Amino acid sequence: MEKEDKSDRRKFLKLGALAGGAVLLGSAISKAVSLEETKETGEKVKVLTTDGKVMEVDSSVVKHPAAKLPEQLPVREGIPGKKFIRVIDLGKCANARKCIEGCQTAHKVLAPVEFIKVKKMQDSDLTAPYWFPQMCYHCDNPPCTKVCPVDATFKRSDGIVGIDSDRCIGCKFCMAACPYSARTFNFGRPKQVQFTEEHKDELTENYCATKYGTEGTVSKCDFCPDRAAQGLLPACVVSCPNGVIYHGDELEDVVSNGEDTFRLKKLLKDRAGYRQFEELGTAPRVYYLPPVKRNFPFEEATEAHNTEE
Amino acid sequence: MSEDNKITDSTKYETFTQEEYMVMKNDLLRPIEKWSLIGKAWIVFLIMVCFAGVYAYYVQETKSKYVTVSLRDTTFWGVYISNFVFFVALSLVGVLMSAVLKLTHFEWYRPLSRIAEIIAVAAIMLAGVSIVAAMGRPDRLHYLVMYGRIQSPIVWDIIVIMTYLVTSCILLFIPLIPSLSTCKNHLHNLPKWQLKMYEIFSFGWEGTAEQWKLLKKTVKVLTVLVIPLGISIHTVTAWLFATTLRAEWDSTNFGAYFVSGAFLLGVAAMILAVFIFRKAYKLEKYLTEMHFDKLGQALVLMALAYAYFNVNEYLVPAYKMSGLHKHHLLALFTGEEASFYWSVVLFGIAIPCILPIFRMFRKPLPLTLIALGVFIAGWFKRYLIVIPGQSHPYLPIQDVPPSWTHYHPSTIEMTIVAATFAAVLLIITLFSRFFPIVSVWEVAEGKLEGKDEIINYK
Repeated sequence: MEKEDKSDRRKFLKLGALAGGAVLLGSAISKAVSLEETKETGEKVKVLTTDGKVMEVDSSVVKHPAAKLPEQLPVREGIPGKKFIRVIDLGKCANARKCIEGCQTAHKVLAPVEFIKVKKMQDSDLTAPYWFPQMCYHCDNPPCTKVCPVDATFKRSDGIVGIDSDRCIGCKFCMAACPYSARTFNFGRPKQVQFTEEHKDELTENYCATKYGTEGTVSKCDFCPDRAAQGLLPACVVSCPNGVIYHGDELEDVVSNGEDTFRLKKLLKDRAGYRQFEELGTAPRVYYLPPVKRNFPFEEATEAHNTEE
Repeated sequence: MSEDNKITDSTKYETFTQEEYMVMKNDLLRPIEKWSLIGKAWIVFLIMVCFAGVYAYYVQETKSKYVTVSLRDTTFWGVYISNFVFFVALSLVGVLMSAVLKLTHFEWYRPLSRIAEIIAVAAIMLAGVSIVAAMGRPDRLHYLVMYGRIQSPIVWDIIVIMTYLVTSCILLFIPLIPSLSTCKNHLHNLPKWQLKMYEIFSFGWEGTAEQWKLLKKTVKVLTVLVIPLGISIHTVTAWLFATTLRAEWDSTNFGAYFVSGAFLLGVAAMILAVFIFRKAYKLEKYLTEMHFDKLGQALVLMALAYAYFNVNEYLVPAYKMSGLHKHHLLALFTGEEASFYWSVVLFGIAIPCILPIFRMFRKPLPLTLIALGVFIAGWFKRYLIVIPGQSHPYLPIQDVPPSWTHYHPSTIEMTIVAATFAAVLLIITLFSRFFPIVSVWEVAEGKLEGKDEIINYK
């Protein structure tokens, strides 16, 4: 009696497994088939074939990488094989503020919120003033990620200090912990909220997939990781008319401002690269080249830009 | 005292149980039976302020915080945080005025311990409310449990505060059990539910020797436990600031500095509470001038300790005037916050250090006025610790709109702060209207010098 029971059960399980397998196989086939048959949009785009001919095809055939990126890039995982690093040449900065504007466009942030700031620095009366572009330093010993109570901000394998705006509870402890005031809080400024809503799906030229943090959460410079994944330089780097910001990869030992490319270690060695507030022990991933041999004379900016509340 | 000792225990037993004890019971239970018109109006007023706060919070959470709250990226922690620090400090009154005095056998603690415990419980609850009001996403509060990381001082703070709250509640409740039994047996003109409540929560207390022994033992264990807990909550609260790299908070002195300030605030709060309960409930016989005398002495001691830590906190860095601390210290000493800062030093530290040394200032009214100064200065002291330093980060604040450069708390923020105060007062008031605010048995026991079993008259 018992034996029969057991064999019955075994038979049933076998059958179940077979049926399950068949269903899986079927769905896989149907998926593969449906992928081949993307719906035609009717819109024609010109493409270049491998043998150099221009031909028109339906736009559905052409993949738009940027459009798909937000789902593809997990916010918590670094881009494999990368270790982003940045060098800022203070001798080149003329406070053109294009990096600020480029960043704001890319991240859909409105003034007065700036992920990258340009500050006037003068260490003493006798030393020369200089312009100092500053953003999140993506420190290797980040004080901000230590204090987060919910792991909403974290260090990624590619060196980026990221923020998960779906996790952040808005305690602002990371803002208190950051000695560089690099972090900004989304207080839900009405203009910003409206702007974010209106430009939600818009893909601008310098587009970054990482959105300006949800209302009530912290956000900051993220080194434009989705642009990096496409092989593009961050928005601030490409916006700068003077090539101040060199962005690159420590593992490749290379940094570039889009025009000139340097060996990272040699550049830092030859030009006496340093990090801001080294003594705090935060180990920033942003280096500065001292403001020597200026490309531009220092001109005092009398105009205040962020006057609007 | 020496005269008391001459009287034998038995005579004392007679006089006490027959008349004095009944008088005492009547005196101490009166506030529960008779609610005066002013008493009722006070409660209605407090409820209204609380509702105003709830409405303000509703507005804050439904409208843009950029409009309703004055916080900006430059000053991101405002009055909610300083109010939170204030209430955590206030909750240490339970440690000092109940636990420490009890364990060191200062007999005058007896009528004070329950007042201290209820202030502690109310303050720590509203400290929690203040911190939630400061959160950007209160709807994600449960993430602290789901994703909590033990590395974060916020998580330490939540753990110690929760533990302290639970311990304080138990420490308030257990000595209340005999009092509930007293209420059940002596109060009759009360609504049925209230009598039922006394009956349920007295857990069939009969006052047998065994029950008393158990109660005493439990209270003693909890009393010992609550002291390190209390010190932890305020030390960890100090660490919320001291674990950051900001110059104005970057201090190894911070934990002790906060705890000493909390003890000073605790004494001041106790003086105010004793003065008010004494007048409002006519408890002059139990909350005596002797208590003011002792509390005045405690005030001097705690103010001196606080002054010591203030010297360490402000004058030592000021001597060096390093570039890191300079802007913050100068803003306090001679800059935009100077008048504010020096008033706090005068009323919050200097006056309580000096005046109560003289006996005439330890009388109820003058001491209460001094304590009121310490209390108000105590709130502003926390404001000065949390807020002005944020305007002087390592990298200068440049090119920002006017509202970003200086923080002035908005009406919404101040309404919510006012409501947290109203809620603390409401909890204390309602507690004193339903339970004897001065513990009958503890006072009686004090008068009987340890003859526990004698006071079990029903």
